[in-house]
Formats: sequence, structure tokens, C-alpha cells
Amino acid sequence: MSDFNFTRRTFLATSSAAALTMGAPMAFAAEQIKIGFVYVGPVGDHGWTHGHDLGRKAVEKKFGDKVKTTFVENVAEGPDAERVIRQLASSGHQLIFTTSFGFMNPTLKVAKQFPNVKFEHATGYKTAPNVSVYNARFHQGRAVIGTIAGHMSKSGVAGYIASFPIPEVVMGINAFTLAAQKVNPTFKTKVVWVNSWYDPGKESDATKTLIDQGADMITQHTDSPAPLQVAESRGVFGFGQASDMKAYAPRAQLTSILDDWSDYYIQRTQDVMDGTWKSQNVWYGMKEGMVKFAPDGDSITDAARDAAEKVRKGILDGSMHAFTGPIKNQKGEEMLPAGQSLTDEQLAIMDWYVQGVQS
Amino acid sequence: MNESFVLGLVTIISAATPLLLAALGELVVERSGVLNLGVEGMMLAGAVTGFAVTVTTGSATLGIVCAMAAGMAMAFTFGVLTLSLMANQVATGLALTIFGIGLSSLVGAGFVGIAVDPLPKLNIPGVSTMPVIGPLLFSHDFLIYASVALTAGVAWFLKRSRGGMILRAVGESDESAHSIGYDVIRVRYMAVLFGGLTSGLAGAFLSLSYTPLWIENMTAGRGWIALALVVFATWRPWWVLFGAYLFGGVTILQLRAQAEGWFDVPSQVMSMLPYIATILVLTIISAGPWRARLKAPACLGKPFRPAS
Repeated sequence: MSDFNFTRRTFLATSSAAALTMGAPMAFAAEQIKIGFVYVGPVGDHGWTHGHDLGRKAVEKKFGDKVKTTFVENVAEGPDAERVIRQLASSGHQLIFTTSFGFMNPTLKVAKQFPNVKFEHATGYKTAPNVSVYNARFHQGRAVIGTIAGHMSKSGVAGYIASFPIPEVVMGINAFTLAAQKVNPTFKTKVVWVNSWYDPGKESDATKTLIDQGADMITQHTDSPAPLQVAESRGVFGFGQASDMKAYAPRAQLTSILDDWSDYYIQRTQDVMDGTWKSQNVWYGMKEGMVKFAPDGDSITDAARDAAEKVRKGILDGSMHAFTGPIKNQKGEEMLPAGQSLTDEQLAIMDWYVQGVQS
Repeated sequence: MNESFVLGLVTIISAATPLLLAALGELVVERSGVLNLGVEGMMLAGAVTGFAVTVTTGSATLGIVCAMAAGMAMAFTFGVLTLSLMANQVATGLALTIFGIGLSSLVGAGFVGIAVDPLPKLNIPGVSTMPVIGPLLFSHDFLIYASVALTAGVAWFLKRSRGGMILRAVGESDESAHSIGYDVIRVRYMAVLFGGLTSGLAGAFLSLSYTPLWIENMTAGRGWIALALVVFATWRPWWVLFGAYLFGGVTILQLRAQAEGWFDVPSQVMSMLPYIATILVLTIISAGPWRARLKAPACLGKPFRPAS
């Protein structure tokens, strides 16, 4: 079991010589399988990339000497990504996970040139014979924490620190708001966009601003624990993002939505070993164990805990859906009649807010 | 004035302080004729050192002192390369930033996921409980007071003190300063070290007060904004303070406008506002009667080779 850590620069420098000598992938040559991971951020971000790296470590733990993993962190979305992915593909990696939305086109481009290498792209939507895409239904988790927020908010206003207005983030805001409104019909979600996945200072400023505006529940779709830290110091509650952030907010964190890629990464590695790997497009959720929760915080009330548990069970057994009609948009127009649920296709292009979202 | 408004102003002060601290140091560096683009790297070194020392020893004071020392150590490296070995300042400064990002990530790897108590607020008895001006002026941690005092100190030093005049002379005409007997390299070393000190302090403010935690690359570009502020301020200390508060103010204002739903424009446009406001003010002060005073130090970025 070995562990290679490269930054983008050293990786490109050291492997360019190797790449010249190894033209073809060695898919059938070695018994040990080489697996590559491309990360958009640092493994120490305590969020998104950290989660993927835990998945990589789980693969190593499970397969031991039978696998060899390589990761490249801090890869910018764009031309750099293509070079890094090509280097991995040309240096004998048989399975490559590219873990950010912006790696989609570079992945497809390189995949065309290396038909024997299998590629797995996270959060994208374009597949190829040797490219799978996978994503997690984080909005299911948002429905659970929204239920808790609805129960525990006194002001009936939540503050939502958001990154970029893409469907993934928009559906999270909507799922959270809808769930809170099932408890408190007048519940409102105030959204502030910081236009960054990761800027602790700005996330913290946004949180302070939202609390100043009366929000007493803080939730976020950005990656640093700064918002929770502000919630802790200002005496309101909040929810962690991507990993358990209790260390930063022992009182304020009510729970945290966790991304767990381990099972998926182990499964796909096994598929490559068995020769059964096939291109697919999966969107896994709580049922498949891709979306999990941190233990409940001490401050959570019994009513909130029970209600959240009910939603959790409902989503697990399929009796509940995060987006069930009637759903109205911000203008009050009906977007979905009663009794229906939004389809995955509708969710994937969601670009409107439900009533009660202030943005 | 309602309470929420006052709290908003307090948020502006803490958003502006790291920019102010880092920019003040860089201003002194540039007035001595040296361009150090490594502010971001030095800030990160300060942030991780301050945090690590505070966690390990339990003393925030020691953490802040070590953060300043770490910033100075980085600056010293820069000094050796550019002042003694005459390396290109732009390239070395960029390298210093990249080096700082990597080094701080390495040092900080064991400190991700740990929280510390934020620096204590110095509540001044009697006045800190007064409405409006109490929270606004009299209940910050001491780094915020220090940043304002430092502005006054740097302004006084550059304008009134003998040392400041020598420093400016070195920055305006290194040859002349050298020919009348001043040690140009020594003056520049001291300026560069001071720049490292305030950048380290700015980093410590980030990791101990602003967001009391360590995560990789937590400065998120503030070092670059500090560099831009120096130009914006046309190398004058009080303008740096004004620029930092303007930038911080518009940043907070746009977040607030989003939460209140004041303007119906895309959030990306709102995110541009601090930069647009800063460029606008720069354009306005670049025109008209101020124009003559808009000069960069004449020797900025040029290595000095004493003629023997």
C-alpha cells in the first residue's frame, strides 16, 4: 500500500519523463491496479476534497497491496486539468476519478484518447463508453436539516450562505426551504451568494450579515467551517457541510450532511478488477449511503429530532420525496401540482426558487 | 441608528483590518524601492504559525509574536534573494507566495479541524457599554486598535522622522542616497522585514480573530488585495486605511444588500462591486488636482548595485 502525494506542479514536472516512455496504458500488464484521483481543492479543506480523499483511503484500506492510488490536489478547472488527467492516464492508471464539475470536458477529451482507461467524473452529466458520472442527492440531506430548522427557529428566518447559482445549489436551497415550511408555513430563507466555494473570511462576513438580518438558523453550501463558527459565537444554530464540523461549533451544530464516497469508490474498483466495469450515470442518495449525517448536536430538541428522523426514514423507504407538490415559485405561481414529485430531469436543470426564498 | 446597522459597521472594521495591516507593511517596503509580491505567502505563514503556536502553547500572545517572526523569516528569505543576490523582485515575490501556500499547508496539516477561542475583546470600562459608539469604537480585540495605531505610526515615521526621510530617499533615488553615505541595502532590508512583520500580523488576525481556525489557503487572495490597496492609496498610509475600509465596507454592503433583497441584480454583479468601487475612486483621484502627487517611488522594483 503506498500513498503518493503530488502537487500539480511537481507532478507535471516529475511525470513528464515517465510519460514519454509509457505510451500505452498497461491495463493488462500488472496485477496491481493503479487508481488516480484528481482534486479541485486541497485535501486539507475539511470539506469537499477531504471527503473524496477519505474515499480514496477507504479503497486503499479495503484492497491493500492490490491497488496503488495517486492523487493530485489543487488542480484548476481548465487546461491544467486536461494535462493532469492525461498524465495519469498515460502513466498506467486504469481507473481515474475526476472529482469536480469543471473537469467534465477535460475528462471526456482525455477518455477519447485512452479507450482502455476507465474514467469516473463526479457531478457531471456527460458520459462516454469509458466515462461514468456519479453524484450524490445532497438535497435529501437538505430536506432533513430543513425540518430541524423549521422546528427550532424562533424568528422563522434561516440564513443560507451559497456559492454559485447552479442547479445543485439551487435545489439545495429549495429542498431546505420546503422542508422547513412543512413545519412552519411562513418560514423564510435568506440567501447570500459569496461566489466562491471557499473563502472563510467572506463566508464569515456573510453569516454575520445574515444574523444581523434576523436569521437564527445558519446553513451553507460553501466548504469552510467559518459560518458555523460565527453561529457559535453569535448564539444561533447551524448545520455543518460535507464533514462533521462539531469541533468548530460544539453548541451550534445541530447536525451535518456528510458526503461518503467510500462505498462507491470501492465498488467501482472491484468492477475494474472483475472486468465488469460499465459506463453508467448514477445519482445516489441516503439509501445507497452516499449522503449521511453527523450525530445530532446536544442542543437539538426532541420534537426536532423526531421530525427529522421521520423525514430520514421516509426518504430511505421511498415514501417521501424532497420535492412533492404543491410547490409555488417566488411569484406564487404553481410550478408543481399537489400529489406529484419533481423528476430527476427537472431537478437537474432547476433554476427557480420556491416561495419563501429571498434572494 | 438601529442595532443591526451598528453590527454591520463592526463587521466592516474586522473585514478591513487584515487588508490594512498587510498593506501598511507593503507600503513601507515599496517606499524603500522594493516590490514584494509575496504578501499572500507571508500572510499564510503568519496565519499558520500564529494558529499552531496558540494551539500548542495556549498563549495567543506568543502566537501573535511567532506569527510576526514567521512573516519576517519569509521576508528575510526574499531580502537575501533580491537585495543581496539581486534576483528579480517580481519573480521572487511570486515564488514567495507559492512557497508560502505550500509551506503553510504542510505545517498546518495537523491543525485542520481544531478550533481556538477568538482573541478577547478589550472592553473599555465605562464606554464600551454605551449605545452605538460602545460596540463601534470601544470593544474590539487589540489587533484592531493596533492596526489604526500602526497607520498613524507609519504616517508619522514616513513624513516626520529622520529614518522615514532616509527610507524615502532610498526609494526615490538609491544612487543619490548611496553617494551621500546611506546604506541602501540595509535600509531596504529593514523595510522588507517590517513588511514581513505586518503581513505575519495580518495572517495572525485572520487565523486567531477574524475566523479563528486554520484551513489551507485561508487568506483567499487578501494578500493581492492588500498589494492593490497600496497602489490605490498612492503610497500614503491614511489612504491605505481609507481604501481598506472602503473595500471592506462595499464588500459587507453587497452581502447585506443580497440578504435584504435591495437590488434585483445577479449576485455576480454584486460581487464585483468592491472592485468597481475601488477602481472608480482610483480613477477619480487620478484625475484633477491630485494627479501630481500620484507618483510611485522612482526606484520601485529596481535592484540596487552599489557602484564600487
